[in-house]
Amino acid sequence: GRARPSHSEPRGRDGRGEEEEEEMEGWHQLYPGHIPTSPLQKALLAAGSAVMALYDPYRHDMVAVLGETTGCLALPNLRDKMKNHPEGHRILQERPRIRLSTLDVARLRALPGGSLGREYLRFLEDNKVSPDTRMPPKFVDDEELAYVIQRYREVHDLMHTLLGMPTNMLGEVVVKWFEAVQTGLPMCVLGAAFGPVRLSTRKLQVLATELVPWAIRSGLNASCVLNVYYEQRWEQPVVSLREELGIFPPP
Amino acid sequence: MAAARLCRCRCRALLSRPAGAVRARRGLAAGPEMHFGFQTVTEEERREKIYQVFENVAKKYDVMNDSMTLGIHRVWKDILVHKMNPCPGTLLLDVAGGTGDIAFRFINYVRSVRQRQLQRKLKHHQNLSWQQIFESYQKDEFNSLGDSQVVVCDINREMLKVGKQKAEHLGYSEGLSWVLGNAEELPFDDDKFDVYTIAFGIRNVTRIDLALQEAYRVLKPGGRFLCLEFSHVSNPLLSRLYDLYSFQVIPVLGEVIAGDWRSYQYLVESIRQFPPQVVNNYGTYFSGGAEGNDRRCRLFQSGL
Repeated sequence: GRARPSHSEPRGRDGRGEEEEEEMEGWHQLYPGHIPTSPLQKALLAAGSAVMALYDPYRHDMVAVLGETTGCLALPNLRDKMKNHPEGHRILQERPRIRLSTLDVARLRALPGGSLGREYLRFLEDNKVSPDTRMPPKFVDDEELAYVIQRYREVHDLMHTLLGMPTNMLGEVVVKWFEAVQTGLPMCVLGAAFGPVRLSTRKLQVLATELVPWAIRSGLNASCVLNVYYEQRWEQPVVSLREELGIFPPP
Repeated sequence: MAAARLCRCRCRALLSRPAGAVRARRGLAAGPEMHFGFQTVTEEERREKIYQVFENVAKKYDVMNDSMTLGIHRVWKDILVHKMNPCPGTLLLDVAGGTGDIAFRFINYVRSVRQRQLQRKLKHHQNLSWQQIFESYQKDEFNSLGDSQVVVCDINREMLKVGKQKAEHLGYSEGLSWVLGNAEELPFDDDKFDVYTIAFGIRNVTRIDLALQEAYRVLKPGGRFLCLEFSHVSNPLLSRLYDLYSFQVIPVLGEVIAGDWRSYQYLVESIRQFPPQVVNNYGTYFSGGAEGNDRRCRLFQSGL
């Protein structure tokens, strides 16, 4: 009863595992971690991840999957915005990654208070988060777009810093509103719309009267936040960067 | 959609081990090539990968089984235990039994059989004094399983952990033991068990021939070997639907429920790769050879 050693199923079947052996050519893994999916699978994933993300808000991986499977229109848009901007274009060429291993934490700590680097570090420490916990993309079928969404995820914490919002539910919803206006990603729109469901009425009031209008106005006024090479601007004061981008001061 | 195949074999015979094909791949370590889902890997790699798959899925294994088979796997397992029809005093070895589904069903079954036995016994003892009835009842109460025992053996520590937690949660303690072991090399003496079961496990074994040899070894003469496994769907329309469901829906369920696409991709591929003739070849493992002349092997096949 020895098993047949090689596969005999037709190739090109959607949704297979990653390519590891040389025999498995015809397998379209575009970047490490890529899982090619059929349109049906993407639709199922989008629906499933939306439900799961609402049901269990701690499933950040589901929010990520939702973003990837629904971003097919917004992501190329974002990529084009980046291409047409000199700084954004450079980012696309150089593909910087924000990771604890690449951040010079000591240097950032030594920067004066109010500078982007110092405030970013303060934000990471206060909220006990790390840039390394961002999920790598899996279901985006274009290698450049995969980088774009990866960049968006890594820049999310910097959004918190720029907007001065903490990582509690209220803060996250505000950032989502801002990002929804800026990027047009359906996942941000859904997050912005459904996130408040879990908030108390008092917080909802603050959200509706002050924070969301401010976030929307800033989002509309600001230039594309993905076009900023943050790693080269650690010394720049947050206030000055806000002004440059067009983000109004937080209420 | 999947046929459950049960095979009862036990023969006194010489077993011959088929020679493993060894093909050196360009520059890589020589080793027999095997399938891992739809990929081709060496034997060692396959064992490792499968170990990792089950390590990853262990916590959500039961939830995923229910979602993937829409709960039907429970029916199949019930049928297996019914076909086994164990009587109190049976010693069962459940291999690849990780989360304990077969073991718990076995215990329930034996318990109910035992209860009926006791009831019948009491009915026949109409002339006993109250004292005598009380004493006999006490004696039997502590033997609710009638000395039946089940040993759950699995190669994967995580699966056993989940199984033990389940047992605690559901209140199973008596007659149950958990052993970490490899189906290809069981840590048990010869001629020990009355029944050997392996439910949805044998397609994950890398050397099925060795597993069958071991099964033969640890079973008592007259013992039974029961294997529950997926087989291929012959109806073309059903087959297309089944393929669609397996390849399109199940990995998505794996990602959404367990956060693990790849393990479930492997699981559906491994079902396709498990050749049906393996089951038909069980007979040859348990028979033939120069000394063999006592061949009792019957293949039960029930389609669902």
